[in-house]
Amino acid sequence: MCDTCGCSGDGGVVLRKPGGSVEHGDEHHEHDHKHHHHHHEGSSRKVVMEQDVLLKNNLFAERNRGYFEARNIFVLNFLSSPGSGKTSLLEKIIPALQQRFPVAVIEGDQQTTNDADRIHALGVPVIQINTGSGCHLDASMVNLAMKELDLQDNSLLCIENVGNLVCPALFDLGEALKVVIISVTEGDDKPLKYPTMFHEADICILNKIDLLPYVEFDVAKCRENAMRVSHNLEWFEVSATTGEGLAVWQEWLEKRVSHS
Amino acid sequence: MHEMSIALSIVEAIVAKAREEGAAKVSGVDLLIGKLAGIEPESLKFCFAAAAKGTLAEHALITVEEPEGVGECGECGKRFPVNFYYAECPQCRSLRIKIISGEEFLIQSITIEEKGE
Ligand SMILES: Nc1nc2c(ncn2[C@@H]2O[C@H](COP(=O)(O)OP(=O)(O)OP(=O)(O)O)[C@@H](O)[C@H]2O)c(=O)[nH]1
Ligand SMILES: [Mg+2]
Ligand SMILES: [Zn+2]
Ligand SMILES: [Zn+2]
Ligand SMILES: [Zn+2]
Repeated sequence: MCDTCGCSGDGGVVLRKPGGSVEHGDEHHEHDHKHHHHHHEGSSRKVVMEQDVLLKNNLFAERNRGYFEARNIFVLNFLSSPGSGKTSLLEKIIPALQQRFPVAVIEGDQQTTNDADRIHALGVPVIQINTGSGCHLDASMVNLAMKELDLQDNSLLCIENVGNLVCPALFDLGEALKVVIISVTEGDDKPLKYPTMFHEADICILNKIDLLPYVEFDVAKCRENAMRVSHNLEWFEVSATTGEGLAVWQEWLEKRVSHS
Repeated sequence: MHEMSIALSIVEAIVAKAREEGAAKVSGVDLLIGKLAGIEPESLKFCFAAAAKGTLAEHALITVEEPEGVGECGECGKRFPVNFYYAECPQCRSLRIKIISGEEFLIQSITIEEKGE
């Protein structure tokens, strides 16, 4: 990201469009590289700030949210551990959803355009954000990406966050709802291990239920754990592979989008 | 490493404030990080040192205050300490707990050195 000091906090964010251009998303990075050699120091004093650490992200998120609301774009932020099936679920439900309203996708991964390519194959507008060393999407990245997408009024925008159950919970992107996905190979105590994520989520999707016969996973227990952390969680059980349960979740989503 | 990008945003915010105040450097930063905020103070301090390199806040001393989590029961109204989001009311066993403290994540103040003549 920064050639001067090599800092890599939101390290080298790049936007990519399948078959399209590359853009560096580092305009929002400010830095002070001056060296200060003040040998004669004056007095010191305390300056009160009382400022939310995530203020800048939250301001960007509210800007995004205002834009989405004005154009009636319903936005979902998909969160999960790596490999729980975020992209597979999108691949499965988008073709059906597209019959009802326009759909667009923002893909977040540290590297590669693999997920964007999979979505692109469905003929849906998609943009890939590569976060480099960054482990989550933030609202300013989404702000840059959404300007590159040809978003339509009265549409659905799905944002697939970087696979990580920890810090994406802290960063509001301006979405309407957060969707957390867990798969049955991950253990039914996951909601208790990552309570912050589940506490923030509006919807929980249990994926890979086709594998239930082969793993030790107590669905009722998992659901109960999730509900303890987030009392108003909507709960769905699906398999992106066999399609089981997808109709229920899809119907719920269609209702939410058309009523928004 | 989300503490790194958070450290960078803290540095950005305090350096902007310090400039506004005409500071020569920032010698101290007071943070408020609730026990439920999902932030590891030690790793944040570690990242801060790297994030602040070459800025007005390089060498700033970080002090962290960590308020305990406090929950309030949605059924009987009892307030009690919580360590997790999935607390249970010690009085009525309800699981409908609202978190009323412990999620804070603030830059409270900075200490700046003014430019000597
Ligand atoms: N058996 C089974 N496998 C699944 C299901 N859903 C996804 N998978 C498999 O799980 C693997 C990961 O799926 P992805 O959709 O790439 O997961 P992801 O969450 O997008 O992963 P990242 O983007 O890397 O975080 C793939 O091999 C999928 O085929 C399911 O319902 N059942
Ligand atoms: Mg994916
Ligand atoms: Zn830099
Ligand atoms: Zn992160
Ligand atoms: Zn109670």
